Amino acid sequence: MAAGFKTAEPLEYHRSFLKENCRSDGRELGEFRPTTLNLSSISTADGSALVKIGNTTVICGIKAELTMPPSDAPNKGYMVPNVDLPPLCSSKFRPGPPGEQAQAASQFIADVIESSDLINMEELCIDKSKLCWVLYCDIMCLDYDGNLLDACIIVLLAALKNAQLPEVTINKETDLAEVDIQKKKPLKINRLPVGSSFAVFDDSIIIVDPTAEEESLSTALLTVVTDEEDRLCAVHKPGGTSLSGEKLQHCINRAITRNKEISKLVGKVIESKTTAK
Amino acid sequence: MVRSKNNDAYMSATRGLCMRSMMELDQSCSNLREYGSEQSLLSKPDGSSTFVQGDTSILAGVYGPAEVKVSKEIYDRATVEVLIQPKMGLPGVRERAREQCVRETCEAALLLTLHPRSSVTVILQLIHDDGSLLSCCLNAACMALMDAGLPMSHLFCSVTCAISKEGQIITDPTALQEKESRALLTFAIDSVECNVLMSSTTGSFSVQELQQCIAISQKASEQIFQFYRDSVKRRYSKIK
Repeated sequence: MAAGFKTAEPLEYHRSFLKENCRSDGRELGEFRPTTLNLSSISTADGSALVKIGNTTVICGIKAELTMPPSDAPNKGYMVPNVDLPPLCSSKFRPGPPGEQAQAASQFIADVIESSDLINMEELCIDKSKLCWVLYCDIMCLDYDGNLLDACIIVLLAALKNAQLPEVTINKETDLAEVDIQKKKPLKINRLPVGSSFAVFDDSIIIVDPTAEEESLSTALLTVVTDEEDRLCAVHKPGGTSLSGEKLQHCINRAITRNKEISKLVGKVIESKTTAK
Repeated sequence: MVRSKNNDAYMSATRGLCMRSMMELDQSCSNLREYGSEQSLLSKPDGSSTFVQGDTSILAGVYGPAEVKVSKEIYDRATVEVLIQPKMGLPGVRERAREQCVRETCEAALLLTLHPRSSVTVILQLIHDDGSLLSCCLNAACMALMDAGLPMSHLFCSVTCAISKEGQIITDPTALQEKESRALLTFAIDSVECNVLMSSTTGSFSVQELQQCIAISQKASEQIFQFYRDSVKRRYSKIK
């Protein structure tokens, strides 16, 4: 009977749970779904990670290539993030060129990388104006059940921590680059940006970590990205109904607690990987 | 063309208010560049407008309610599409992210359930970019939607704040000020309750700086809403 009500009147179905201060999958309003993380999922990539937030599954692979630095920043390397939402992950996405959601997500990740000063781009430069690393970060969603942006940020952070770049020396006589695959160094990550997504229901109730169903019924979505020093790297609310100052502050406080939870998780997984070696 | 004049008495009053509540800011309250707008300049779109903020200029055209492709139609409300055309080349990923912000803001303001299975298309052509681009796009879109006569539950306007490396907050920054800033925050404010409708930020900043920028944007939005009212009043008083 509940299944029939859910199909016929999805909004009323969710409202009946929100009235009792809980959600249809049994979570509290401020509770995130269980998050699991796996490193080195792709053996052919220089760094990779897989994250699952509830059912949402996102994988990231990092490939490093050598290229000439851009002319407006000759002493810096660069990163190219790309978020792909294939038809595999959800029936909403059709095959063909990337849709608006994928492109907007790619731009958001690029902004977060720049805003949070994740990696010192000068460290990616090998020889000024001649040679630098470019990191292609391909983020692909395998199962879309809401909260894509949080998962993308966590998986990118984990993949970068997992990435190892070979040492490159410039041979002074031949002026060619020599790559030593045996010697690998990890990247130095300056900050730990972590995102928290919220959905606003009926202009008043805020729920954390919405599923795909809750996202489609919500009246507004908000993503707050904080780093480990409690500074905000992004407050992304692409429209929807208005949000008052106190509700925004409440979301920011929740995002700060989430940052600590995820930092601990990433730290634990990396430690267990190094001890397993 | 209706242009605003920075009303000196109003400016000093707001500056005074700001000084009392936020001692750290000195000249950063509600200092918007000269802005202006023109409506109904194009004959084919149902509504059109230009919005100029300093040197940044956007031309907006609105078609709607019109026919919609069956693949995109929604059974109980209108489908909003936004296209942002850059000055050169084809729209890229950056334009798509801006389109998403403008589209969702328009969807919240328009009464879409009055036009099911129809489309409302907003086309924004960039004429010149000298900073505060997303703000100018949103302001132009709102004026064009008003000109098209589409029913809306509230109006919206947008303000950009830049936080310089020393911590000073500059409203409506030019392209040069944006490049030298450490963070850039764009907010869309609604006209009924003066709450934040849309927020898009780059760069890192503290929670206090965010609250200050929101307060400054809300104050500046009052000026822009007054400008909307004046320009529409002026236009319709001529039509008898």
